[in-house]
Amino acid sequence: MAYSTVGVIFSNVHDENIPELSRHRTMASIPFGGRYRLIDFPLSNMVNSGITTVGIVTKNNYQSLIDHLGSGKDWDLARKDGGIILLPPYSDETDAPYTSRLEALKGITGFLNHRKEDYVVISDCDGVARIDIADIVRSHVANQADITMAYTVTDEVESSYYITLDPDETGRVQGVQINPKLNGKANMYINVMVLNREFLIDLIGNAVTRGLTSFGKDILSKSTDTLRIFGYKFDGYYAGIDSLQNYFRHSMELLKKDVRTELFANRDIYTKVRDSAPSKYIDGAKVKDSLISDGCTIEGTVENSILFRGVKVGKGSVVKNSIIMQDTVIENAVELNCVVTDKNVVIRDRRHLSGCEELPYFVSKGRMI
Amino acid sequence: MQRKKECVAMLLAGGQGSRLYALTNKIAKPAVAFGAKYRIIDFPLSNCINSGIDTVGVLTQYEPLELNEYIGNGQPWDLDRAFGGVHILSPYQAKVKSSWYEGTANAIYQNMHFMKKYNPDYVLILSGDHIYKMDYAKMLKAHIETGADCTIAAIEVPLKEASRFGILNTNPDGSIYQFEEKPKQPKSTLASMGIYIFTAQKLFDYLEADEQNPDSSKDFGKDVLPAMLNAGEKMFSYRFEGYWKDVGTISSLWEANMELLGEEPVFDVADPDWKIHSRNPLAPPEYIGDNAEVGNSMVALGCEIEGVVEHSVLASNVVVEEGAEVRDSVIMAGTVIKKGAKVLYSIIDENVTVEEGAVIGDPQEAGKGIAVLGRQITIGKNVKVDGGKILDQDYKGE
Repeated sequence: MAYSTVGVIFSNVHDENIPELSRHRTMASIPFGGRYRLIDFPLSNMVNSGITTVGIVTKNNYQSLIDHLGSGKDWDLARKDGGIILLPPYSDETDAPYTSRLEALKGITGFLNHRKEDYVVISDCDGVARIDIADIVRSHVANQADITMAYTVTDEVESSYYITLDPDETGRVQGVQINPKLNGKANMYINVMVLNREFLIDLIGNAVTRGLTSFGKDILSKSTDTLRIFGYKFDGYYAGIDSLQNYFRHSMELLKKDVRTELFANRDIYTKVRDSAPSKYIDGAKVKDSLISDGCTIEGTVENSILFRGVKVGKGSVVKNSIIMQDTVIENAVELNCVVTDKNVVIRDRRHLSGCEELPYFVSKGRMI
Repeated sequence: MQRKKECVAMLLAGGQGSRLYALTNKIAKPAVAFGAKYRIIDFPLSNCINSGIDTVGVLTQYEPLELNEYIGNGQPWDLDRAFGGVHILSPYQAKVKSSWYEGTANAIYQNMHFMKKYNPDYVLILSGDHIYKMDYAKMLKAHIETGADCTIAAIEVPLKEASRFGILNTNPDGSIYQFEEKPKQPKSTLASMGIYIFTAQKLFDYLEADEQNPDSSKDFGKDVLPAMLNAGEKMFSYRFEGYWKDVGTISSLWEANMELLGEEPVFDVADPDWKIHSRNPLAPPEYIGDNAEVGNSMVALGCEIEGVVEHSVLASNVVVEEGAEVRDSVIMAGTVIKKGAKVLYSIIDENVTVEEGAVIGDPQEAGKGIAVLGRQITIGKNVKVDGGKILDQDYKGE
């Protein structure tokens, strides 16, 4: 890309929003959409924008993330210079790993110092969207901005921590609010930010000397006068994953053709390859309005549901409005409605489980019911 | 100590596969798609890596472009090795002589330097024409234990088909006393699978000798193996019992695809103990729509199905629109079957468009045979393509 950019992805921030799914893994490695993990979206967006170096900031529970990323080859990021670089917690003066984004950024200044790119894009893993990051960088450069923050116009938020922006007609942000009371739609920051790399290093250094702790409260919201902060309006489909309920709702949106088209028509969302066999539909299978990933074997009825890789649905079983994750085995004559099963769950013969859209019934990883 | 590989595999992938007609107009037979996400060559390559053989020369000649691109650096099969790995061996120009591969033996002869680089004890010769799962390590063990100079994998075939094969006549201990290439009156039903393990030095010696022989057609089955037998070399058969299918004809390719279907398929590609590796499509999960009916079928990633799919194999990114029907058919990647169109008992290659209301093929019971559409063609609205027809160009009707 014309404006050389390095990526930084925060894999753990927002973990607390979906404790059900992040108990054993990072936010980044939460399964989504049948064969993806949440990190696949920001990572693919970066790769598709010509970024070839991505630092991934981790804190805890990152074993599944390491397993998912491997050498980075599935994202074309197995590279001699750069590629995927894992940035595990780093502490010097204190023994505790970081507790805030600012401390985490301080921990990666070594990485940032070593890079040569002019710009940095920082992204979290709580949004499912196809975002042209190169376009954000172009707008950042054109605005001669210090910080460019991407936002979407929405009134939907479940998270306990969110940021809204007040951009003027030129895009310059006049105010940054942390957790404001919402009256209708607001310009919701989507946790994607572009900065000049050297500027970011100085910003972190200054903040640390001044003893600041919060990137949002102490820096962003207090610097709209002194720094050129710009907003970048993202108009495309954006699914903020900030609760199990929203996870469920946005997953089901993938059954809509326009959402699938926007996210996947270009066939450029990358993910780990597992070499599963294609899915098999046995005689007696009835499948309607569902997404089925590879390696599934279906003998029962599946409606309005998402099946991840390697799921088995036995004879006479009925799966409706449910999300069934990798390698779950649903035996015979089972009935599921509004259920989310984590990986490797077994549901024995004739069990009936039901939740509702507002409160899906959640079965945690590896359980047998 | 010199770095070496115990066994190097040489995969003959130059075959044109002319009996696949439109399906091999632009690609070599080993590159033909199979089983919704595989290509024929995935099977021998997966067998190699699953058997612990990580050095494979792939000899290409006919339309090698797509095959070369597909194999790439071999990463999907874990064959991107610093020492060893998969290598494409195309005919090349040399200072002394440059020539196309003249026969299977000549093809291997021309790549002697490749094999010798790995200083192998044994060489495994394979072809890229068959669908099967085989542990070559077991065969190599048998080769070592019998002390053979050459071991030929063999399978029992029905008597009436035996004259299509190279037939091995063996002693009770499995040693071979006669080799007959496509005999009119076969004495046994033990057919050569075209899979050979040679003790490396013997192979090199006989290839040198065969190359010097002006009367030789430079073929393993016709020349090299008989020469070895005549010279009294120790040759053994290695019996293989399992699924082994030549997919060199339209009907056998169709059959092999159908044998993947069902709860207990004749041939299982989903065997966790013998994974078939392949280059994976970059696509979201398949979407099965509100009015879709999918029964007894295999469907790959990225398909969008709104119509009826019955007893069929659909590769990645196939679209079956509302009211369309696909029955008893094999549809390759990226093909679009539009509204109300019907596909019956057919094989349709990649990126074909079947326009609204068109009818491809006739039901199997009609006895007209399998309809075949070559890649990237368009069949016009409401057009009928009869069963047994083979098309490789756009068709708008009579």
